[in-house]
Order: sequence, then C-alpha cells, then structure tokens
Amino acid sequence: MSDTGFHFSERQGAAVMSKLINTKDLEFLLYHVFDAAQLAEFPRYADYDRTSFDGILGTAARIATDYLLPHNAKADAQEPVFDGQRVETLPEVKIAWKHFAASGLLAARHGIDEGGMQLPSLIHMACNAWFVSANPSTAAYPFLTSAAANVIHAFGSQSQKQTFLPHLFSGRFAGTMALTEPDVGSSLGDLTTRAILTEDGSYRIKGQKMYISGGDQDITENIVHLVLARIQGAPEGVKGISLFIVPKFRMQADGVLGERNDVQLAGLLHKMGYRGTTSTVLTFGEQGDCHGYLLGEPNKGLMYMFKMMNEARIGVGLGAAMIGYRGYLESLDYARQRPQGRSPTEKNPHSKPLNIIEHADVKRMLLAQKCYAEGSLALCLLAARLVDEQEAGGNQESGILLDLLTPVVKSYPSFYGPRANDLAIQVLGGAGYTREYPVEQCYRDNRLNPIHEGTHGIQSLDLLGRKLWQHQGRGQQLLLGRIEATLKSAQTKTVLALWVAEYRIHLKTLINTTLILGQAMQNGQADAVLANSALYLDMMGKLVVGWLWLEMADKAQTTFADSPAPDDQNFLAGKLQAARYFIGWELPEVELLAQRLQGLDGTCREMQPDWF
Amino acid sequence: MKVLVAVKRVIDYNVKVRVKADNTGVDLTNVKMAMNPFCEIAVEEAVRLKEKGVATEIVVVSIGPKTSQEQIRTALALGADRGIQIETDEEVQSLDAAKLLKAVVDKEQPQLVILGKQSIDSDNNQTGQMLAALAGMGQGTFASEVVVDGDKVNVTREVDGGLVTVGLKLPAVVTTDLRLNEPRYASLPNIMKAKKKPLESVSPADLGVTLSPRLTTLKVEEPPKRAGGIKVGSVSELVEKLKNEAKVI
Repeated sequence: MSDTGFHFSERQGAAVMSKLINTKDLEFLLYHVFDAAQLAEFPRYADYDRTSFDGILGTAARIATDYLLPHNAKADAQEPVFDGQRVETLPEVKIAWKHFAASGLLAARHGIDEGGMQLPSLIHMACNAWFVSANPSTAAYPFLTSAAANVIHAFGSQSQKQTFLPHLFSGRFAGTMALTEPDVGSSLGDLTTRAILTEDGSYRIKGQKMYISGGDQDITENIVHLVLARIQGAPEGVKGISLFIVPKFRMQADGVLGERNDVQLAGLLHKMGYRGTTSTVLTFGEQGDCHGYLLGEPNKGLMYMFKMMNEARIGVGLGAAMIGYRGYLESLDYARQRPQGRSPTEKNPHSKPLNIIEHADVKRMLLAQKCYAEGSLALCLLAARLVDEQEAGGNQESGILLDLLTPVVKSYPSFYGPRANDLAIQVLGGAGYTREYPVEQCYRDNRLNPIHEGTHGIQSLDLLGRKLWQHQGRGQQLLLGRIEATLKSAQTKTVLALWVAEYRIHLKTLINTTLILGQAMQNGQADAVLANSALYLDMMGKLVVGWLWLEMADKAQTTFADSPAPDDQNFLAGKLQAARYFIGWELPEVELLAQRLQGLDGTCREMQPDWF
Repeated sequence: MKVLVAVKRVIDYNVKVRVKADNTGVDLTNVKMAMNPFCEIAVEEAVRLKEKGVATEIVVVSIGPKTSQEQIRTALALGADRGIQIETDEEVQSLDAAKLLKAVVDKEQPQLVILGKQSIDSDNNQTGQMLAALAGMGQGTFASEVVVDGDKVNVTREVDGGLVTVGLKLPAVVTTDLRLNEPRYASLPNIMKAKKKPLESVSPADLGVTLSPRLTTLKVEEPPKRAGGIKVGSVSELVEKLKNEAKVI
C-alpha cells in the first residue's frame, strides 16, 4: 500500500497552509477569546453552530490556498496592463473571482431573503483573514465589491437595489469607491466632480478620479462605481457632496447590459505593492454623456460613504494584520530551518551551526512580529465581534465602542504590520531582500495600508479630535469597562498578576493624558493638542492591543493550563511569553509619548517651512 | 440509481499524530478531526454521478461516536442527500464495519456503494472488500475512473503494473484511489442547507450487529526518528553502500 505515504498536501496545499495563518491561533481567537459559538444566541444567527462555522472556514481556507496563494507572486510580477483599449489581468484572477462568487461569500453577510447567508461578521472576518494572507491584491476585488453592495443596500432606492444588488452578489458585476481626485485626496470637501440633473431624473457626471482601485478590469461584465460629486448649485465643502451610482455599462430592463457609459480609463497607476489590483485614473463625462444615479438624498454623500469607509477601514486593518502575519510565519519557518552561527559561548569552529531561531536577537524579531501580527488579528476580530453585537444583538453600546475603536483598528495594524514585515526581511537577511522569497512583497504590499482609506494622520485626528468625545465620552467608559473585566480576571492568575499591575500603570497614563488633552481642547488649545495626534493614536493602539494580549493570555491560561498535550502547552507558553514581551517591551513606550502629549510639545508644530 | 457512500471520521491529515504516554494508542484529546481524504473522494464521485444524472439519490453513512455526525454534515454540504449515523463509542474493526454497512445495504438496496480504499488512521484497506464479499457484490478497488453503463459499471483500477479496467454488474462496490477526482469545497449556502437534510441515527443493535473485535492492539509506538543522510562521492560508492550497507540491491 505504497500510496499511504502520499502527501495530501499535494492536493490541498497543506504544506503552505501553515504559512497563511496559524489555524490553532485562529480557532483559539474565534472560539475561546471571542466566543463565536455564543453568536448563535442572536436570532439572526440562530441557524449557525460551530460545525457550520468550521465548514465555512474550511471553504475559505481551500479557496485561499488553492486559488489565491498560487498567483500571489505572479500577479505582483505581471501587473495588469492597459493597451489603450482594454485592461488585461491574469487569468488566475478571474478564476479566483469565480470561486469567490460560487462559494457564496460575496453576499454572505446579507439576509437569507436577499440571497445572503446572514453570516456573522466575526466568521466573515476570519474568512477574509485567509484571503488577504494568501493574496491581498486579488482579495481586494471582492472586498471593494462587497463594500459597494453594502452602500447600495443601505441607502439605495428599491429599484436601484433590484438593478444592481443581485449582480454584485452573484459576482457578475464588481464595485468600486471613487472618492479621490487628482488634486483632492484627504480633503474631500474640496472635490470638483460635478453632477447636473437632467429631465429624466438621472444626472450627468463630469470630472476626474484617481487612485481608484478596481476602476477598470476585465474580470467582470460590468463595474459599478460609487462616485462622490457635487450637484450644480450645492453648498461648498463637505455639506454639498452627493453620492452617485455610475455603471461602466448602463442597464436595460431584466439585467441586460446597455450602452457603454461615458466613463473612460485614462490610465493605470504603477504601485509599489498590491500590484494585482488595478489602480486607475478615471474620466467621467468626457463626451458629456456619463449617466449617474443619485444614491439616497442630495448632499448626504459623505455620510453614506462613511458607512462604507468604516467597514473599509476595518478591512484595511485586517489586510495589514494578515500581511504582517504572513511575513511572521514565513520568517519563522525560515528561522527554524536556516543553520548559521553558533552560540556566543561555543568556541569550537567544527561544532554544528545553530538554526538561527536559537539566536536571542532573532527571537526578539520573531517575538515582536508575533505580538504585532497576532495582536492585530485579535483587534480586527474584536471589531467584527462588536459589529455582530450591534447589528444582530441590538447592543447600541457595542456600536459606540466600535466607533471609538475604528481608527485604532485601521491604524494599529497598518502601522505595525509593515514593521513586522520589516523584521521578517531582517530575519531572512540577504534572502529577505530578494524577490526569490515572499517577504519583500509582503513589505511592499503592506506599505499601502497606512495610506489608503484615510491616512494614519487622518485617523489620528479622527480619534483625538472627534471619536473620543462622541456620545459624551461614552465610548471611553465602555472601553475602560471591558479592559477592567479582563484585568480582574487576569489578576487572579498567578502568572499574569504582575503584568496586570504593570498594565495598570500605563493605563493610568492613558487616562491622565486623555483628561489633560480634553481640558486643553476645551481651553481653546485644539491646535496644540491635535498637532501631536499621531502620538495619541499610537498610545491608544498600544493600550488596546496590550489589553488584548492580556485577554489572550488569560483565556489561553483558562483553556490550556490543564491540557496534557505538548501542542497546547507550547501554544499557551507562546501566548504568555508574547504577552510578557508586549507588556514589558512595547507598553512602556507610552510613557515617553505621554510626556510629549501632556506637555503639548510644540517641536513639530512650531517648525517653520523656511527652516527646512 | 441510489448510491451509498461510507465516510469515516479520522484525525485530520494536517495534524502531527501523538502516541499516548502508555503506548495504548493515538492521543485524540483536543485533536482536530476530519473526513478521511479517500472518503472525500468517494463523496465527490457520487456527487458527480448525480450531476451527470446517473445517480438519483446519495445516502451517506458513517460509523462512530456522536461527533461523526460532523463528517456526515460535511458530506451533505458537498451534495449528498441524506445521512445515516451508526452510533457507537466502541472500537470498530474492518469486519464489524463491513457487517454494519452490509446491514445498511440490505435496508437501502443501493445500486452502487462507494468507499475510500482505506482510512488514513488504521490503513487497513479491508472494509470495501469485506463488504463486497458479505453482500455478494462485485468489487472494483483502487478506482481511478468510474463509468456507469446501463446495468454495469466499468472501474479503472490503479495496480502496480499500470491500469486495469474491470466491468462489474450492478449492484457493486467501488473503493476510491487518490487520482479518481479532486474533491470540491462546500459553498456557504450548501453548508447551511446541509443542516436541514435528514440525518438518521441508529445503533449497531438496531441493525442486528454485535461488535466483536478480533484483533488486540498490543502496543503503539512512534516510528523511529529518521537518521540524517550522507553525501556520497561517486556512483560506485552509492552502489557499494546500497549493496553492502542498505542491502537493497
């Protein structure tokens, strides 16, 4: 029976599966930290149980491993091309898209009666974790499409929903979000794309958009752009922006494609990473005949777009987390196998070299990556859990907490994911700097994440200037309440008590800093406070992720302390050691941040352009 | 045509198997379990026969503890129509499994029974053959191609010398080899629909079978650790070592 030695991995790609995500970690997070099984208590999710969740995650893992991972490097090396007529993407991207559609994932979050699966956000997020880890640029197409569908679902008219949603759900059409213009990026209030009402109630759109991901491609029959534009005569600034549906092909009755709409691809942009996703410059209405359909009410476009943006921001956080995670697992695997050097006390040159994972400095780099990657994944799953509590559980407080945390969920992974990838390259050394190994691509891909869907700076202003103070600061209270619950549980465990005490010191620093900054803002010093907003965002991120590390350590201790299995003991010890690293090495940095923040340090703000 | 597919719950093939400290068996506590890969191929083949209009109903059967319902659900999500679980917490050896399946065959009267050629836990490669003998059916084992033709099925078998095709009168037993097909994944809607498909649970006693293990496990040990290889300088050195050290030529 010679076949028994056959590696099933040949069929299912298991050999690389472990490099996409640590399945034990994902299971631990879903079922022990975020209690996925409990979601079935919400009526919307009553049909689910762990077996169905596991089945769905298995399907996601299969698609990621079999249809996304194999062309990740190829899509990076062979970017989409534009010959002046049409864009050409790799055939593999089209095949992957078909599988996304066939699996039911595009519509999964929507109601059964709308052709969806009522899939919990938590499980959906975990599925997406597989996809972005395997191939972030191909995974971007379904993400954008789901986001566009969600906006139409939330704000579109009945007829708009009927016209577009079934095709976005089935994968026949894809979606985009078209906000940015050549001269207008973060400051959307200045946008210049115009919309003129016509007699039939539709609008004619005119303007140019830039950096539009998926703005053109040859994967789907049609593309549904959601375009921000100003209706003629509307107020200046953000109060006069409306949102329009602009299809690449106009629609006839019964879903038949009509005439080509006047949306033209002016050119493709050539990016550092995420190269498989087209990044486009689009011209709307060059021939004066670009039909657009108003979504919802006039002048409320930005509000509608923010619905999509908030989801997209969590999605960006997940992308950053998982590219960081992928780099971590790649460098871990390399470090386990690469013999090089001996211990400092080994003087015999003929002794066997150590695998580099034995060197303390390599361990440092792996431990930091583990902290950033697994902590970031936990953060994104927390956000998803809050979405479920709010949407399916009717818990408005979870929604308030999610609002507060959204800039952190976007930014912490985006800031530390690329740092993790930087360390992954360092672990591989010269190999890491070559394109023969995957970590340099991880780094280039991940470098996008602090930029798009609101830059790091924008997120920090959103947090410190707005989110903290919304709902009379209720979000802060809710966050502190949840943190306290973890600390109470953790401090009863001998191994964790010391770290809880350390954490409390830094938490107090955060609370004090927030109070001081709040008062300064009320005293008319908003300029000086917001000047250092990025530091505050970093501080908040560290405290939130530090909390999640204590939570993971606490739950790991509860779950595995009594298990006789060596795998469980190693997993537990790894979580504990990473928590120790985070609390002892990462968190103390908040004290330096606090000094600058509390003193309203003006070093950067007072610097003058002419002094550079 | 009704097709019966047998599936087994086994340790997931990705899991590194651990032997119990007392050497009585493999440690299964908190270990991820999954459908035996050869059984996945069996389910896939049945689903393809249904998609071709050859099969009209797929019944999937599994023997094992209550948790083996998970594997039946998986098969239902992949396209089987209903499930039968033969629930027992006892050890089930090949002959007992074949007897239990024979009882289900008597009850269900399928035209075709498809099983994996072996399970990756015990590697016996016996159940399909024993079932065929007990049920008086023809058998086509190690199938790499299955073509139903009227009241016959042609099974291409992978054997050491190449491929052999046997024609069997229906009803017949087929056991699957790896290259028969590539199993699909279950779509999300099908995973949820599977929960609503019928799943009946019976005991061995209900089927008139008393489990009677004939083999005793004396000891389970991990295979010896592989020693590192060496580099040889020339072909003649290699031949010399193969002859005198490894004694394989």
